[in-house]
Amino acid sequence: MNELLLVVTIAGERVALPAAAVESVVELDALTPVPRAAPHVAGLSAQRSRVLTVIDCMRSLELGDTDCSDGIREAAVVELGGHHYALIVDLVEDVIEARSDPLPVRAAMGAGWEWVSQGMVETDDGPLLLVDVAALIAGVNESKAA
Amino acid sequence: MDDLIADFVAECREMLEALGGEIVAWEAQPDDRSRLDSIFRFVHTVKGNCGFFEFPRLEALSHAAEDALADVRAGRRHPDGGMVSAVLAIIDRIGEMVSAIEAGEDMPAGDDSALIAALEPGAEGVSVPVVTAAADGTRASAAPRTIRLSVELLDRVMSTVSDMVLARNELARRLRESETDVPVDGAFERLSSIIAEMRDAITRTRMQRIENLFVGLPRMIRDLSAELGKQVLVDIEGGDVELDREMIEMIRDPLTHIIRNAVDHGIEKPADRLKAGKREIGVLSVSARQSGNQILIDIHDDGRGIDGKKLVEKAIASGIVPKDEAAQLSPRDQLALIFEAGLSTANEVTAISGRGVGMDVVRSNIERIGGIVEVDSKLGEGTRMTLRVPLTLTIIPALTVSIAGQHFAIPRSAIEEIVRANGESVTLEHLGGAGVATIRGRRVPEVSLASILDLDSEMEEQDRTLIVLRPAGGDLYALSVDRIHDHEELVVKPAAPAVMATGLYAGTTLADDGSPILLFDPAGIAEVGGVKLEAQERTARIAEGPAASISKAAPVLLFRGLDGGRRALRLAVVDRIEEVSSSCIKEAAGQLRVQVGEAILPLAGTGGAVLGDGKVRLFRLNDGAHEIGYAFAEVIDFATIENDVIHSDRPAEVSGVSLINGEPAELVDAHWLFANHVGAATRRTEQRVCLIPDWDPWMENMLRPLVEAAGYRVVDNADEEEADVVIASVGEELPEDASDKTIWLRAEPEPKGKKDESIYRYDRAGLLMALKSAGAGRGK
Repeated sequence: MNELLLVVTIAGERVALPAAAVESVVELDALTPVPRAAPHVAGLSAQRSRVLTVIDCMRSLELGDTDCSDGIREAAVVELGGHHYALIVDLVEDVIEARSDPLPVRAAMGAGWEWVSQGMVETDDGPLLLVDVAALIAGVNESKAA
Repeated sequence: MDDLIADFVAECREMLEALGGEIVAWEAQPDDRSRLDSIFRFVHTVKGNCGFFEFPRLEALSHAAEDALADVRAGRRHPDGGMVSAVLAIIDRIGEMVSAIEAGEDMPAGDDSALIAALEPGAEGVSVPVVTAAADGTRASAAPRTIRLSVELLDRVMSTVSDMVLARNELARRLRESETDVPVDGAFERLSSIIAEMRDAITRTRMQRIENLFVGLPRMIRDLSAELGKQVLVDIEGGDVELDREMIEMIRDPLTHIIRNAVDHGIEKPADRLKAGKREIGVLSVSARQSGNQILIDIHDDGRGIDGKKLVEKAIASGIVPKDEAAQLSPRDQLALIFEAGLSTANEVTAISGRGVGMDVVRSNIERIGGIVEVDSKLGEGTRMTLRVPLTLTIIPALTVSIAGQHFAIPRSAIEEIVRANGESVTLEHLGGAGVATIRGRRVPEVSLASILDLDSEMEEQDRTLIVLRPAGGDLYALSVDRIHDHEELVVKPAAPAVMATGLYAGTTLADDGSPILLFDPAGIAEVGGVKLEAQERTARIAEGPAASISKAAPVLLFRGLDGGRRALRLAVVDRIEEVSSSCIKEAAGQLRVQVGEAILPLAGTGGAVLGDGKVRLFRLNDGAHEIGYAFAEVIDFATIENDVIHSDRPAEVSGVSLINGEPAELVDAHWLFANHVGAATRRTEQRVCLIPDWDPWMENMLRPLVEAAGYRVVDNADEEEADVVIASVGEELPEDASDKTIWLRAEPEPKGKKDESIYRYDRAGLLMALKSAGAGRGK
């Protein structure tokens, strides 16, 4: 079980995304806002003639807003259901190997994290939270409603 | 083995599809050997394959059908209605089994012996009335060379090509921004044209002949009419019209529904038809044709037609229309009532149609794909239904607008008209916080895009532009936006669920500059904006009904001329509006001419007014062959001529006067303009002579073609002809008599001094202007 993980920082927390789900890491500049969309939809961006729906991970987790005013943000591009999304994260670190299957986290996490958690994976860097990309895209609000 | 079975299933499917029409046609002409042969070939193939695959029931069925058909082929038996029905039943059963095999299920339960027994000569079996198919008799039986491709693969190719187009657009933008070499531009141009060609080709692969939709119709109508004891002749035309595959699927149900209605309610029983003085056999014609970027599908029956009065009575009874309003409905509106939910023309509900859930669904399904359903009917003579659907779903003509600096697109199909909020015929009012716009006496709800989107627009309400929209299945409303930008053909892609959840958008697309644009769903905006879309439509129509029917209004552009006169010009002749600096306007060649870009146009509309410094705005008028400019001060509004025109006594620039929007306006006669301004220019057919004394390669290769294109014959000193104009380089010596009609060319872009009237040798427009005026000098 040597799944590759992309280590990113969201809201100051180091978490892991399944690397297989991530197509690329991009730097976003201009965003086209989508009025009236769910708050965690930060807008649309074009990448190589594709339209990316940009998700602000902080807002999906209800942990505050990512400050997009300084221009360029790093984001991980994932595909879900035929649509491409860019997940805004604070920082993209590295790809590392998982040393274990995801294990349930028995400690109490913040509500937002609870929704997107797929469990804890052991890595050479210590335990990391494995984040469910689909849940991140749906956002905490949506999951609650569903 | 699985592969072999998959091939078998695919082959059966293809043959089954093709057979549907053949069998009915065969029944109509039992002697038609080629049709009999193709049916025979099908059962024979099935039989052969079944033996190999061990499908005993399939084998027994196909074997029995083969035997019966073999008898017919050998002339031992004549096909009657009973036998055709039995063969059809067997083919249907084979179809079911093939589907089951494809899905990997067990065979459908049931005994086949009854079906096989029905094949026996003289077997009981209801003698079914014969349907005659007048379908195209010369159907090509030879299959074209084809391969089978999965639809997913095609879709993937299509979407890649769309991406390629977008990537090309982005590259084009980058190239524009940076300095590039000519070879790079050339290569890019070639790439562009190849991509365009490829996109065309790939779009065509998604296209399917509408025949695929029509091929099942004869069979369906036959079964239906047999069930109802009616006789129907089917006439199908235009099967070769091509339509997006997805679109074909979208119109399949509505079309089926309309045809069922036509057979069930439209066409009468044979006895009733005879009583009404018609032929026993009803005619149902289905035709498709392409008109612009739309496909028109006509379904016409010669049945009893729709009784508008009955419809109205029903509508009143079921509370769809209030009684007092009902009296005012025009015949067209009466017919349109069949699209109201909960209304059925049939007195009794039959198994086939008439449950009153139908035409409203048909309309909403067609409108969902941007189409229109129209109905026309004469009582006792028949009904015609017309479906208009767009060619494809993926490329949508749209209007781009902006609000608070952000751009959006609106599908053009939903746009009724565009008016300025402060235009003369528009007033905006607020009732209890809701906006109501009155546009030429018609009240429509007004929705501010800024408030729907929670954006802050800095523009005052009265400075905005109102777009009058008619969403699918809904009623008019006006949407106010800050600015209108451009018409564009957009490649629209579905947006992510989180975006679609807003209900406002229909998809996303990329603008030419590479930034994403959201495409609005007009019905969604109305819903979010709280516009009530029901019932109002009819009342609005009643209010303006009679007026609409008499006005054969011609759209005109209302403007103020340079002399302050209020004038109108037919919109159709106006190409566009240009702004030029007044220094581009010169008296040349006997009349005022204006230089617009590279073109020199005769200029009208100045009325002798002195053009000050600065900018002059002009309409560019086009009669298809020539262009002229028409100067004006400002555009007032778009309007229509609704009142009588008082014509002037003699032909002149102004052909008459009419009241437009309550004030008199002079109508500018575009024909007179062209006759006087262009006619003068083209009347001089005599060829003028241009002398180029100083013969060098530049003159020969660069200048001469240009001069010749301007209508001159080029001579040199040796020809000893009198020249109308002489072109020479600065500093040359000339024959004295030529000096006053000489165009001097200089090699440097900048003139040497104020008095230097020479023209820079690459100043194409200046040179042409000089040639034109020089040529006119002789005409005088």
